[in-house]
Amino acid sequence: MSSQVMNSQATSSKAKLTLGPVLYNWPAEQRRDFYFQIAEEAPVDVVYIGEVTCSKRAPFLTPFIPEICERLERAGKEVVISTLSLVMSKRERKELHEIVQDSPWTLEANDLSAIGLLEGREHIVGPFVNVYNEDTLDYFYRNGAQRIVLPCELSGKAIERLLLSNNSKEIEIQAFGRVPLALSARCYHARSHGLSKDGCLYVCEQDPDGMNVETLDGEPFLAVNGTQTMSYTVNNLLDEVNYLNKLGVTHFRLWPQQVDMVRVAETYRARLDGKVTNEEGQDVLSNLVDFAPFANGFYHDVEGNKLVE
Amino acid sequence: MELVCPAGTPASLRAALDAGADVVYVGFRDETNARNFPGLNFSPEELEESLEKAHDMGRQVYVAINTYPQAGNLEPWYRAVDTAARIGVDAVILADIGLLDYAKRQHPELRRHLSVQASASNPEAINFYHSAFDVQRVVLPRVLTVHEIAELIKEIDVETEVFAFGGMCVMAEGRCSLSSYATGKSPNMNGVCSPASHVEYEQRRGKLVSRLGEFTINSFPNEEAAGYPTLCKGRFVGHTGEPSYLFEEPTSLNVMMLLPELIQAGVKALKIEGRQRGKAYVYQVVSGYRKAIDAAMKGEPVPLMDMGNITEGTRSTAGAYEKNWR
Repeated sequence: MSSQVMNSQATSSKAKLTLGPVLYNWPAEQRRDFYFQIAEEAPVDVVYIGEVTCSKRAPFLTPFIPEICERLERAGKEVVISTLSLVMSKRERKELHEIVQDSPWTLEANDLSAIGLLEGREHIVGPFVNVYNEDTLDYFYRNGAQRIVLPCELSGKAIERLLLSNNSKEIEIQAFGRVPLALSARCYHARSHGLSKDGCLYVCEQDPDGMNVETLDGEPFLAVNGTQTMSYTVNNLLDEVNYLNKLGVTHFRLWPQQVDMVRVAETYRARLDGKVTNEEGQDVLSNLVDFAPFANGFYHDVEGNKLVE
Repeated sequence: MELVCPAGTPASLRAALDAGADVVYVGFRDETNARNFPGLNFSPEELEESLEKAHDMGRQVYVAINTYPQAGNLEPWYRAVDTAARIGVDAVILADIGLLDYAKRQHPELRRHLSVQASASNPEAINFYHSAFDVQRVVLPRVLTVHEIAELIKEIDVETEVFAFGGMCVMAEGRCSLSSYATGKSPNMNGVCSPASHVEYEQRRGKLVSRLGEFTINSFPNEEAAGYPTLCKGRFVGHTGEPSYLFEEPTSLNVMMLLPELIQAGVKALKIEGRQRGKAYVYQVVSGYRKAIDAAMKGEPVPLMDMGNITEGTRSTAGAYEKNWR
């Protein structure tokens, strides 16, 4: 019993903040400057970087990655390269093989193709891989995962059950930001502009937080990010992170949005360190995020778009 | 080319066999399968009887156990695999890594197929499932073109099964939480998408409005037939400010015209979607595809068949199999 108590104390003191990869099509220079600022100012422990959503965007960011990673590492951040979430074409497969072969940084696998290629090698299982139960969790740890990021639709109850059997290994949940809900071969950004995916003109760049999708009643519903469909609401588990940390969640992911992510990270850090109350933290976050309301429905086992207070 | 057909009831299973199905796939009556609808699916006893009938006719039965087992409650999924093995079904169709591992360890002799819900869209992923769990066949996600399927088959050591007809996901299967975002219930966790329990129709000034959870999915003038509000087939407003079928029109998949190309590509089996459909529907679709496959296998022209009256929204598409769909 005493070792269990010690374990839980050990994990709770180690709560780490992570910055997920930018899911949107931000111009490469803007992404670089964003990461430089994160390196210097944001109290995050881990930074994920790489093109996860659409392989057509990757060539713009790739040349900047070594410089960005170097800057992040000098600032003491753990750097992880995130891989593509839907891998189909020959080119996408070739790029995946190259990244697995050549990357000096740890990789986050976001498709079973990467999981297969990384077998036996330390890696991170990303949020686009289905992990719903303890058997799958256990399989991935045995396969070489050092950390597993859970899918967005898992409830707090399910997360609790998973933590009972993860033997104090690293586990990450999505704490802040619009959550990626679906992937497709089709590009809805291009489609909504009357274009095909091949001739998309990179119109997704126009919506750096995603393109809002409303119902026929004018009610905001979803957000489109190229081939990815996101929640309209902004997931926010500030009120839940300390409880989850006590249970054994080691890492909390913040998805980059076009808001002051340094302040977002500071707020989560302060809450995890007990330096602000939930109310104080929520006030800060509400002032930062003005483009959509918060939600935490998935965590509370109700509709994902709902906010349970 | 094997014709794999759906059945939600023993009566539909008989209809599928009578219409010429080589294989019928079914699910148990619980959350272990992705068509977990009231009044649908098979008890172990019904499966046993149906299997006997199919085997007597020289046909096969597969069992889909293709939702993701719930944390802390793995027993129903273990039991489903154990029951399928005990009854002696010809294959189980699985999606979850943990459950594939369980099935391989507990029932190594039970043939395992990878469900479309696992969304294995490339040789690397498929080869992983093959080497880790000895999967013998993969049901391909509806994201690949025929050309990509042909290329993929050259690089894998397992059989491929592709969707030919029926409801069509526009998202990569098994990687979609749109339904739970709107209703709290998802295909992966609950075996349902846009569930009927959360659907409402409302009359509003000469229009019938369909809603899912608290969201309007579509609106139809009264003289128009209202489609079921599947979330991704609704009308929404994007950047243009004009309503449109932003994700996909309410169409059905139909690859009949692509049959020669799919045969040429080396596809092993064609799958008809629709375990939730009635036996008349199953009979009609299966008969049509039986004739089409028989003709295509002989190199004869594929007979043009009017499926219009039974396709969703009375329109059909070859979907992702053609590149311009993207």
